[in-house]
Amino acid sequence: MEFDDKAPIYVQIMDLIKQRIASGELKVGEQLPSVRDLAEQLVVNPNTVQKAYLGLEREGYVATPRGMGTFVTGDRDVADRLRERLARSAVESCVATLRSLGYSPDEIAALAAEAAREVQP
Amino acid sequence: MSELVEVVHLTKRYLTNAALSDVSFQLPEGHIMGLLGPNGSGKTTLMKILGGLLYPTSGSVFIDGVQPGIQTKARVSFLPDVNQLNRWMSVGEAGDFFHDFYADFEPQRFEDLLKVMGLTPEQKIGALSKGMIEKARLSLVFARKARLYILDEPFGGLDPLARRQILDALVADFRPDASMIVSTQMVGEVERFFDDVVFLGSGSIVLSGEAEDLRAQRSASIEEIYREVYGHVETRQV
Repeated sequence: MEFDDKAPIYVQIMDLIKQRIASGELKVGEQLPSVRDLAEQLVVNPNTVQKAYLGLEREGYVATPRGMGTFVTGDRDVADRLRERLARSAVESCVATLRSLGYSPDEIAALAAEAAREVQP
Repeated sequence: MSELVEVVHLTKRYLTNAALSDVSFQLPEGHIMGLLGPNGSGKTTLMKILGGLLYPTSGSVFIDGVQPGIQTKARVSFLPDVNQLNRWMSVGEAGDFFHDFYADFEPQRFEDLLKVMGLTPEQKIGALSKGMIEKARLSLVFARKARLYILDEPFGGLDPLARRQILDALVADFRPDASMIVSTQMVGEVERFFDDVVFLGSGSIVLSGEAEDLRAQRSASIEEIYREVYGHVETRQV
């Protein structure tokens, strides 16, 4: 994975895992890789992965039952809620950019409708 | 979290000029610290003092609560900036030498590391390329189960692929009860491994902190901060 070194790496690892939860790739109850394995995979300092896991735990996305590893936690709707939140923040930042370029809400809606048909993931 | 290394008001003077003046920092157990700065900023002097090869003029240094000496040398694995191996020795003999010298040297780990690096014990040091000598030295240093690893420019003679191999080995070997201090000019390539960074300039700390905090505060990579911190110095030299 490519990181942007201008932003804290643990935040980017948190975002990566949240995305996986939102998309359903990681399901509630599923175990995350061990800190060491993920650190090796991403070629980062294990402390950074640890920090990301702690952050996710604080935000309630994962739990760490004593010595068992780290698991995705929450109710069935966690993925939906997360998906909605990520979508909302992506749209908000995009709309803010367009507003600052002088587009009206109607024009933005029209552009969005067009882009939704044309842009591939 | 306990501090493994404590440097308190450390000053080192060579005859007239000060190589280090009033340097203080702490390094917690399990952390990797990047020691950054241009040539002549005092990195090597600081590392030699931590390694017990030089004595401070004033101030003090503690490793695990003990001042550098015979006791700490047994727990500190030091990679100096120049090759310390005898050219007539084979790689395996260098391993035996380390094994005799350091109680924490693990021959099996040494063999494993050599394999990863693509070296064999029979090869003579004198017949190795610069990059291969670097790999042999790193294998020796990492084969010790030390508390503190001090690596002075460990990526000097290495190509990008070999650097990556060593970084991988470094992550795979990470132990929460050990710490590491690394000086390097390859800031961009290595910065993801740093928990903490200390920027030295003319023997003093010009900036220090946790790498992630510095990135967040300045919305910049450690490499960019490096250029920001030393940029004016370099342009003045040119």
